[in-house]
Amino acid sequence: MTINPLADKDRIFTNLYGYQDWGLKGAQARGDWDNTARLMQIGQDAIIDEIKASGLRGRGGAGFPTGMKWSFMPKEPTPGRPNFLVINADESEPGSCKDREIIRHDPHKLIEGALIAGFAMRARAAYIYIRGEFIREAETLFAAVQQAYDAGLLGKNAAGSGYDFDVFVHRGAGAYICGEETAMLESLEGKKGMPRLKPPFPAGAGLYGCPTTVNNVESIAVTPTILRRGAAWFKSFGREKNEGTKLFQISGHVNKPCVVEETMSISFRELIDRHAGGIRGGWDNLLAVIPGGSSVPLVPANEIIDAPMDFDALRDLKSGLGTAAVIVMDKSTDVVRAIARLSYFYKHESCGQCTPCREGTGWMWRVMERLVEGNADISEIDMLWDVTKQVEGHTICALGDAAAWPIQGLIRHFRPELERRIIARQGQLEAAE
Amino acid sequence: MADILPTSIDIDELRARWGSFAWTAENADKAKIVVGRYPPGRQHSAIIPLLDLAQRQVGAETRTQGWLPVPVIEYVAKHLDMPYIRAYEVATFYTMFNLRPVGRYHVQVCGTTPCMLRGSDDVFAACKAKGLAKGQTTADGLFTLNEVECLGACANAPMVQINDDNFEDLTFETTTALLEALARGESPTPGPQGVNRRTSDPEGGPTSLKEMVLENHDYREKAE
Repeated sequence: MTINPLADKDRIFTNLYGYQDWGLKGAQARGDWDNTARLMQIGQDAIIDEIKASGLRGRGGAGFPTGMKWSFMPKEPTPGRPNFLVINADESEPGSCKDREIIRHDPHKLIEGALIAGFAMRARAAYIYIRGEFIREAETLFAAVQQAYDAGLLGKNAAGSGYDFDVFVHRGAGAYICGEETAMLESLEGKKGMPRLKPPFPAGAGLYGCPTTVNNVESIAVTPTILRRGAAWFKSFGREKNEGTKLFQISGHVNKPCVVEETMSISFRELIDRHAGGIRGGWDNLLAVIPGGSSVPLVPANEIIDAPMDFDALRDLKSGLGTAAVIVMDKSTDVVRAIARLSYFYKHESCGQCTPCREGTGWMWRVMERLVEGNADISEIDMLWDVTKQVEGHTICALGDAAAWPIQGLIRHFRPELERRIIARQGQLEAAE
Repeated sequence: MADILPTSIDIDELRARWGSFAWTAENADKAKIVVGRYPPGRQHSAIIPLLDLAQRQVGAETRTQGWLPVPVIEYVAKHLDMPYIRAYEVATFYTMFNLRPVGRYHVQVCGTTPCMLRGSDDVFAACKAKGLAKGQTTADGLFTLNEVECLGACANAPMVQINDDNFEDLTFETTTALLEALARGESPTPGPQGVNRRTSDPEGGPTSLKEMVLENHDYREKAE
């Protein structure tokens, strides 16, 4: 099928670059908060059905169907045990920088989405957990929430809907792991951000032991537009089961790094040529791409150039769309060092709760550092692969997997380069003797 | 987890200096608002925001970016009716809490892969050339340099966060200019440095939503 690039009239985040007012007046002039009560009148289950029908899959990385997630929440919460919506604005995955743009330039899309999504899942309030380092972004978000309260769009009878709903902003203080949904709940409760064992799942027992759904900023912020324009409109973009529009974040060795909203399933080549000014040094100079943020394995140039940028196509390339954080590496890249730096990141961010991750991330990083120099034995490549397999799947949360996968991708696609460095260093040592 | 562990600072000296720490009137009001965001009995949820507030107050009193001496953590824990060790756990778990004093400008250079690919080595080199060393404060107390993990501005790499602001799209030269401006007591404009773009749009002007550059635009008018 042909994938046409997105037209401006179909873009959701029209103030993405912040050229215009992020405030309530500017947002209303762009169509936000336009008779929100009418959108809610169709009823809670009808909203959930519409989101299900739109094909929206979670924009935080895992790609779980958003409407289905909402349907897991209790339909009749009891007064002592209210439902909560928690919005994950802890954007910390290396390569990811889209929620930041929503929050600082289009915050009212997020706040209106919080009301609608919160209403649909019968929540009494939403907590937006924003990473601590987004200091100016949090200032904008606090101010935007206050604007919404002052205009009667939040609080009692929010937006004239007859529904009472609060939105609170909560700042973190620097910990990647708090982007994991149960670690986020622990952190919100005032504890160290260490993930919880599941079950119980948050929809059963989440924040303060109450039913909770955790959604990514982008998933919530697209909700009002989907309801206004209809599920069929959103579903008309992208390939089957990968529908919608998506914020892509293009970093690394392109001529013009940027964040841009495009159709799902756009080809990598078209995405880069259309918006990022091409690959630095031309397409022949492309080495590899990490297409979904640091946690997904890299894909070599020849495999990614014409691949559709969506969940299923990138999964078939043994990688993933993740947050659509596209990290481009040209042939000047020291690819072993690039991955070793990610290994350091995971070692730094491991919460230390599970032994395979606490010990494994440090072990893997130390071996990766030696591989950068070729200071290893060739047999250690297989040993490193085995250790990644012992970490993967053996921890409470996915940080262990996320630490393992980039290394697996490197070994899968760049084993000859690892061996070349080891042999070159051995040759130097022998020559010196 | 935090790389910077608490140093052995003389506890008696600390108590003498910070034992009488208490919120300023303004911060007492702020603390009340923060605690009010959480359900009754769930005030422990406010520990992160209140430690941040306390660190900022210490910063204001010392004309630095602040840190958390033990007596200050004790004060915040007591404020929330929380065992001290639970507050200390939080203070040591999250990287934004400084467990030892920092300078007036906390220079936090991102060194993670997306910034590395775009030249964070040059940013570190510029810092080094100006006498900054990782994990240390300059002798004049002006700059503390730390390497930090991804700060979420990857389309504007490489970048540095200095106090509350990001400076982005850096080179050796623009980093040098930035540090020199701060040393002169100036307030450089945050955001992209020396690059023709507003925020995360492509350099030289957006490839989409061009009408938005000049005036607010309602794209629904064009929708069928």
